[in-house]
Amino acid sequence: MSRSTSGQPLDARLVHRVLGAFDRSPACRTTCPRAERISRRTVTTATTPDETAVADDPTAPDEPRRLSTRRAPSDVIFRGTIRAGGICVLVIMLFVGSFLLLRAWPALRTAGLSFLTTQAWEPDSGNFGIAAVIVGTALIALVAVCTALPLALGTALYISEYAPRRLRSGLVALVDLMAAIPSVVFGLWGVFFLQGHITSISQWLATVLHRVPLFRVDGADPSDPLTSTTVFTSSTFIAGIVVGMMITPIMTSIMREVFMQAPIGEREGALALGSTRWGMIRAVVLPYGTGGIIGATMLGLGRALGETIAVYMIISPVFVIQWHVLQNGTSSISALIALRYGEATPTGMAALMAAGLFLFLVTLVVNFAASAVVARSRSGANS
Amino acid sequence: MTTTLPPAPTAPAAPRTVTPAPEARPSGPERRRELSGTRITDALALVGSGVAAIALTALLASQLAPIQGVPACVAIATVLFVLLYGTLVSLDEDAPAVRDRLVMVTVHGLAFVVLATLAFIVVFTLARGASALPHLNFYREDMSLAGPLDPLTTGGIVHAIAGTLIQITIALAITIPLGVSTAVFLTEIPGRFSRFVRTVVEAMTALPSIVAGLFIYATAILTLGLDKSGFAASLAISVMMLPIMIRSSDVVLRLVPHTLKEASIGLGAGQWKTVWNVVLPTSRSGLTTAIILATARGIGETSPVLLTSGFTASLNLDPLHGPMVSLPLAIFQFVKSPEPTMIARGFGTAAVLMLLVVVLFVIARIVGGQTPATKERRRVRRERLVRSVRARTAAAGSNLTRLVPSRRQEKS
Repeated sequence: MSRSTSGQPLDARLVHRVLGAFDRSPACRTTCPRAERISRRTVTTATTPDETAVADDPTAPDEPRRLSTRRAPSDVIFRGTIRAGGICVLVIMLFVGSFLLLRAWPALRTAGLSFLTTQAWEPDSGNFGIAAVIVGTALIALVAVCTALPLALGTALYISEYAPRRLRSGLVALVDLMAAIPSVVFGLWGVFFLQGHITSISQWLATVLHRVPLFRVDGADPSDPLTSTTVFTSSTFIAGIVVGMMITPIMTSIMREVFMQAPIGEREGALALGSTRWGMIRAVVLPYGTGGIIGATMLGLGRALGETIAVYMIISPVFVIQWHVLQNGTSSISALIALRYGEATPTGMAALMAAGLFLFLVTLVVNFAASAVVARSRSGANS
Repeated sequence: MTTTLPPAPTAPAAPRTVTPAPEARPSGPERRRELSGTRITDALALVGSGVAAIALTALLASQLAPIQGVPACVAIATVLFVLLYGTLVSLDEDAPAVRDRLVMVTVHGLAFVVLATLAFIVVFTLARGASALPHLNFYREDMSLAGPLDPLTTGGIVHAIAGTLIQITIALAITIPLGVSTAVFLTEIPGRFSRFVRTVVEAMTALPSIVAGLFIYATAILTLGLDKSGFAASLAISVMMLPIMIRSSDVVLRLVPHTLKEASIGLGAGQWKTVWNVVLPTSRSGLTTAIILATARGIGETSPVLLTSGFTASLNLDPLHGPMVSLPLAIFQFVKSPEPTMIARGFGTAAVLMLLVVVLFVIARIVGGQTPATKERRRVRRERLVRSVRARTAAAGSNLTRLVPSRRQEKS
């Protein structure tokens, strides 16, 4: 500003002020590339021969000024602190995996590859593996996703397309609130209410579909309507439905967000061409939201795989592969950990750590895939 | 077919087209055509097929087939309703309209099922816990002197409430500085490293909570030799809450307008001053919401606490030594017992926990709903109020001052 004279034009003085500010601001180069571009443009306009009053040397070649970064001490400290915070979080997150691996190593070395194929859990005699619990976890998650997908899809479509405009924000808040209900409450509901009421449906399914191996129930005769319903309690089916109700709100809220971003122009175009509301949804909203639906389903799957307490409260654990969805007795990795950590010897603890590590890796893969799909469908910036 | 022409002054002598006679138009103001809204036939079709479905189900269940239980009846009635409604609509409408109606009915039904089930879960918990909730000792005593057979008038959950509050306070003391500074790092220092951190954090958002508990068990308890204690539990909760908080804070911080940041930098402020004076104040309500939502998740998790805090029936206010129980863990232990009083206590505790979550959520909505515009409106209203009060007091004061000096004069 010292070089500005009273006779120079207003815009040149402005340019100087801007430049001065940028010179003094040490952070402009790294934080806002847009501002840097603007400043370069201003520099070139300021040194054109028309406004020679500003420049020191009018014959100098027209080059963009170099903006060097001199940071104030406070900024150096600040950047160091937040960088340290980021590194700290990264270290914690990487520790989760590495520590589990470290602790699980003895068990993994003892069991070798048979860890994945053995169906028993007797770590102290060296006979243990997660084949049974993997199948149980996968079946529970499968039932949960099959329950939650239509429910979440319907609710999301209702909120984004059918609900009256006044109700919409209230419904959104309600669904978000439901996502925060503790899982132990869902478990209570499953044990004390659902279990007693859903066995009739289980029985009906078993009777109708007894030719399908997945729905067969040992000990229940399809031709005898008076069989005891106790073989139908504590099954994969009931645990899966409870977990499905638990993951429905989070899936709904992701799908709803994606559906609401479907472009208004295309929607109105479809309606103006005479389509019905369902025609518009099928032609515009659903194709636009495919990524969101897939991503939400996978995120729900990740949650369902890791759910512990509700599953633990409902199932009665067995350690053989239980393909029969409707039959009493199943198991899951997280329920196994919650069940056995108390009486575990060091070897048993190592085996549980190995199971936890496996669960961790599976959910990590599912989540990575899900967030990649959702991110692509949302076009970046506003995730 | 007749074509209407505007009445022209120079009409040909023998017009082939005829303008409608003025009396053909209905007299009076023109009625507005209804563009939306339900027709009476739609409503009748819905009601009719609903009644028919219920009646058919009743007939089936009572006379024709051995159908037991409410859920089976509801399922059959729903299927019948959809079939009947489709048939009824197809009498009047073409195929696309029928499909539209069927989808509409299905979507409404699914949404109703979800919302009704979730509401029912809340109501069910409150109803089953209702016998435990009215006793004041439920909030004042712990369970150390209450056996499993004792009535609801002895024993309570104050130990669990205190434990939850202590654990979540410690967890927040760890996660708020670490989480918010990491979120600031992700937005303020972009680059390859921060992109990597963001990816890792996003993948960790759905870290199974039992794995968080297992991790703290492996590190803090087995390796570092800590007790099973409230502190270990809050560490586990922190590991679980941290990614959730970072992710949502990151989203909020990225919404701060670039123009504001650029203006601040353009005025000569450094990065630290910009963050402290512009970025954080602008996103304060969003950050608060992020923190409160993460807190709500952290309060309700059972499995990390199950592995790390141990269980006790008595009040323990020391987070570093001895087991400390929290609300979800207390619920879990209560309902393990077959005694009806213990189960009622479990449901009562669940009601308290849900109330806590709902209160946190409502606070989050109120804080998060504050935009600068509403704040400005409220400030203007407050100022107007203050000014009017001041004007009134000034008016009253001028009366007073007229009185007070005279009193003073009397005193002196």
